[in-house]
Amino acid sequence: MIRGIKNPPTPSAGVTGPSFGNQPTAVPPAGAVSAPRKVVRYERKQYWNEPTMTLWERAYLPEILKGLAITSGIFLRNMFKWVTGRRGAVTTYYPEEKRGDFAPRNRGKHILTQRPDGSPQCIACNMCATVCPAKVIEIESGFDPNDPAHPKFPVRFEIDYSRCVFCGMCVEACPEDAIRMQEDVPNLVSDDRYNMWITMDEMLTWRPEKDVAKPYPPKPVPLQLGDSVKRGRESSTH
Amino acid sequence: MNAASILPDLAMAMVFIVYAIVMLLSFGGLLTWVERKQSAIMADRVGANRAYIRLPFTNIKLVWLGLFHGMADGLKMLLKENFKPNTHDKVGYFLAPFIVFTPVLLVFAVVPFGGTVIPGQLIPALSQWFGDRAYPMQIANLDAGLLVVFAFSSLGIIGAMLAGWASDNKFSLLGGLRAGSQMISYELVMGLTVLGLILVYGSVNLGEIVRQQSGTIGGVLPAWGIFYQPFAAFLFLTAAIAENKRIPFDLPEAESELIAGYFTEYSAMKLGLFMFSEFIQIAVVGALFATLFLGGYNLPYMTDAGFSFPWGSEIALSQAVRVPLQLVTFLGKVALLCVIQIQIRWTLPRFRYDQMLGLSWKMLLPLSLANLVVTVLWMWLVGGGQ
Repeated sequence: MIRGIKNPPTPSAGVTGPSFGNQPTAVPPAGAVSAPRKVVRYERKQYWNEPTMTLWERAYLPEILKGLAITSGIFLRNMFKWVTGRRGAVTTYYPEEKRGDFAPRNRGKHILTQRPDGSPQCIACNMCATVCPAKVIEIESGFDPNDPAHPKFPVRFEIDYSRCVFCGMCVEACPEDAIRMQEDVPNLVSDDRYNMWITMDEMLTWRPEKDVAKPYPPKPVPLQLGDSVKRGRESSTH
Repeated sequence: MNAASILPDLAMAMVFIVYAIVMLLSFGGLLTWVERKQSAIMADRVGANRAYIRLPFTNIKLVWLGLFHGMADGLKMLLKENFKPNTHDKVGYFLAPFIVFTPVLLVFAVVPFGGTVIPGQLIPALSQWFGDRAYPMQIANLDAGLLVVFAFSSLGIIGAMLAGWASDNKFSLLGGLRAGSQMISYELVMGLTVLGLILVYGSVNLGEIVRQQSGTIGGVLPAWGIFYQPFAAFLFLTAAIAENKRIPFDLPEAESELIAGYFTEYSAMKLGLFMFSEFIQIAVVGALFATLFLGGYNLPYMTDAGFSFPWGSEIALSQAVRVPLQLVTFLGKVALLCVIQIQIRWTLPRFRYDQMLGLSWKMLLPLSLANLVVTVLWMWLVGGGQ
């Protein structure tokens, strides 16, 4: 019989504590009423979720057969699926197949938002590169004298996906809402970890009309008296 | 006996040896794949399916359901650095994997994997050479068959303990100690379990045991050992899995406690030998179980002469049909038992060490003794008190 966890021991009066050899017993002074000696007793800590096993479970074999029936059942079910040409697993064969069921807020591949003329909205301020905990963003800025509103622009904007941790801090840091993260994951399959950089061309794939969460340009919201508080909450991103 | 008469015997012995070794090694290789895939399918996974062989000069990649992962593993183990600890016992460290590996193969020498074959009749071209000689399809037709099985299988303990001791590592030593006590405990249970079977059959010759199982019990049930001794079959399988040191009895190599137990300090193909011997032992345990309890190489109601069903009809089998049928039957039974063992391994959690020894000495040993006593009493009553 396998010894399982027994029923919690009930403290009985006859049990004395562990003795530690010859302990000097204090001689009570004459005339004094001796206080009851404190007995140190080991008690096993009892938990609220202490497992208790019935005799049937402690017989062990029926439960084993039950477990084998469960695993064999799953095996046969999946095997039947495989044999009949279906997939008996929940696996997606990643680079050949991609899951389409990413959450809408999933932090995947980075994209650079664009102005209506198609140029990146980025002003090469380097705040994303500074805040990035993995130091994966590299920006090389250029100067455009013809655009007084945005004189700085990125010449090169690259992200090393071999080190990116997809924390989204670059998105939070950006003052211009120029970098966002798509729900799709980037195509990271490679056997060369030093060549997993993604360039600006690959990030300028924003489709504003598809971006229902944050359309660009922002829809003009008619000002109404009394809903300033509500609107203030909604338009947290400029 | 002149040289001409011994040559056919030698040739047949070589054929059987080659067959047995090829069968065991391919079982060992295939079981790595079976274990991977079976555990994956049990767990809603796909299993290893990426290794491929590219046909030379083409772009055709053969994947074959991941069968090549075993080959890739073997190649990796052959090519890896044979790392040795600084302080180790050189002789023991070198010998241990082979001492573990060899007895597993040797056990199979006495297991019959087919009935009697008369090569002179099977292949007419050789009838001149072989004459009328008949050979039982097993490597060594020993009268002491079952005793040889136990003698060899207990040699494996020495290898495990030697590996643990020679590695000069505390984890290895603990693993070796555990392996030793575990295997001795369960060896005892295994022996006592089979004693009842020996009483029923009155022989320890495995070929004889298989031949006796081709009859019927009460004219209906095939006279398999599992119907004579269902309890012993269960105990035998339990003890055999424990003997093989696989989950739930893999305490000698419990990775959460002992890293890898007695082969912690082994690397490259020496580690591979330990692993490989474990997989081959699955097949050997399956072969032993099939031989002792499941009628060996015979289908139900089948003898070397052919089928004789309980409802009276008989089908005579020619040798050209019977020999392949028996070989395939044996392989099928062994494969089924391997699958059952793998299913058990991937279902049950590991015991605690004291639970495992307690299971052996407090539960299985008394049960096998009780089984023996009941068998003796039954045999005595049936035999008319003699």
